[in-house]
Amino acid sequence: MKYMLIMRTPEMVEMPEDVDFTEVINAMGAYNESLIKAGVLLAGEGLAPPDEGFVVDFDATPPVVTDGPYAEAKELFNGFWMIQTSTKEEAAEWAKRCPLGPGMRLEVRRVNETEEFDQDNEYVQKEHEWREQLGTDRPVQG
Amino acid sequence: MAEDRAVAASESEAAAARRRVEALWRIESARIVATLTRVVGDFGLAEDLAQEAFVDALAQWPRDGVPPNPAAWLTTVAKRKGIDRRRRLARLDDRHAAIAYSLAEQHRLAAIDHEPPWDPETVDDDVLRLIFTACHPILPRESQIALTLRVVGGLTTEEIARAFMVPVSTVQQRIVRAKRTISAAAVPFEVPSREELGGRLASVLQVVYLIFNEGYAATAGSSWMRTDLAGEALRLARIVSSLVPDEPDAHALRALLELQASRFAARVDADGEPVLLADQDRSRWDHDQIRRGRAALAKADAIGRGRGAYALQAAIAECHAVAPSTDGTDWARIVGLYESLAEVAPSPVVDLNRAVAVAMAHGPAAGLAAVDELVATGAMTGSALLPGVRGELLARLGRRDEAREELLAATALTRNERERAVLLQKAERI
Repeated sequence: MKYMLIMRTPEMVEMPEDVDFTEVINAMGAYNESLIKAGVLLAGEGLAPPDEGFVVDFDATPPVVTDGPYAEAKELFNGFWMIQTSTKEEAAEWAKRCPLGPGMRLEVRRVNETEEFDQDNEYVQKEHEWREQLGTDRPVQG
Repeated sequence: MAEDRAVAASESEAAAARRRVEALWRIESARIVATLTRVVGDFGLAEDLAQEAFVDALAQWPRDGVPPNPAAWLTTVAKRKGIDRRRRLARLDDRHAAIAYSLAEQHRLAAIDHEPPWDPETVDDDVLRLIFTACHPILPRESQIALTLRVVGGLTTEEIARAFMVPVSTVQQRIVRAKRTISAAAVPFEVPSREELGGRLASVLQVVYLIFNEGYAATAGSSWMRTDLAGEALRLARIVSSLVPDEPDAHALRALLELQASRFAARVDADGEPVLLADQDRSRWDHDQIRRGRAALAKADAIGRGRGAYALQAAIAECHAVAPSTDGTDWARIVGLYESLAEVAPSPVVDLNRAVAVAMAHGPAAGLAAVDELVATGAMTGSALLPGVRGELLARLGRRDEAREELLAATALTRNERERAVLLQKAERI
């Protein structure tokens, strides 16, 4: 089973001055390494600060693009890991080991397998094709 | 009623706690057994102690809660059990010596309580030593497989028995005998030396490969494949390649398994019936996994020591993975890869696969000629594969009676029920 570990942090997270960033990076690196060496890590990315992104709001038609900060957002989605485990409990144990601090949360969601959808649906069929293109056209990473 | 519900609730809580203990065990068992083996100096004893600690955890944690550091708890409990056991043995042996011995041990025990469960600097080496021990060439292959799944994969004896469809007692026996053999031969707990590493690693990779194969194409029973077992092999391949990153074969094996596993979703239809490569919906292949497989193969190639058997097989799987259809597959390249594979790892199965690729590249008559060369050697007598392929090629040449005869001969030889059904269907359609 595949699970996505979604990192959520409070929007206004003030880093205390005495935080040693090298230490933070090392802790995260060690965590990632432990996932790799246990054979469970499939992918993961961290996201750049929200001021480099924007929000597309669908309340209006046509949708409205706004720059941050986002008034309604109480939490920010700051990165993710994709892991593969044999049970939900294993995914939970790995999530608990993530070196995050108070105020931060991991949301853990199971990733749908494509077989769970109606395979005869035209768009499910198309999605397979899109995935195929995305999958094989992307350069192979070393 | 209310009482019943309370009982049911506590039962489901207990079940949840049990699942959590099992999850922790799967994550930690390799490092616990590896650390213990280094401490107590005996792999078989370490495995016993770790299992006893696990049994304690299964009894205690659902009742008392899971300790804050489960791995440390398990390691410490196992170490204490080891010390108790040694003390008892020493007492039987020589009362006087036992006092000195146990004092030293007590000192060690005191230190253990304050130590982290393992040293991150050495635990990778410990796990690697464990893998090499479980796959030691002194053991028969089936014991290597059982031991690897148990100590490295953290599977229970019951799970291993279920996966291989053998009685639990058979797996138990294999493990007990294997541990005894390792102790009796005083197999050192170490990563093999440079000179020895190649051969020993080959044994490790072979074990992982066989576990995957058992999951990929079940040799017996009614299930076409057992993805759990294949998934476990994939996890082991990822572990090994991360622990020996300079070894091309480790990356190549991982590449092969990722590429083969990428087809799982397309290999059976909605009714659980097998779908052969030519009929598979290629858009249902797992293209993220294909990318991971190709990346692993690129890594193996980048080390620059040439392609071994796993790399060549991975390259063949890669040809299929990137092809838009059966017709659009680079069969000539696949023929070439099989020829290279036959040089590196000669086998009648490789020759048969090469014959199939020849048929695809140059037509069924050329393929049949290659198959008949193989028939003449007598190397595959008794295998369902040979008449299966021969029947297929004869059918494509329009030699229907001979084709049907061959396919029916194949049904009589296969042990897999689903495969038999596919062959029968083919024979009937001719």
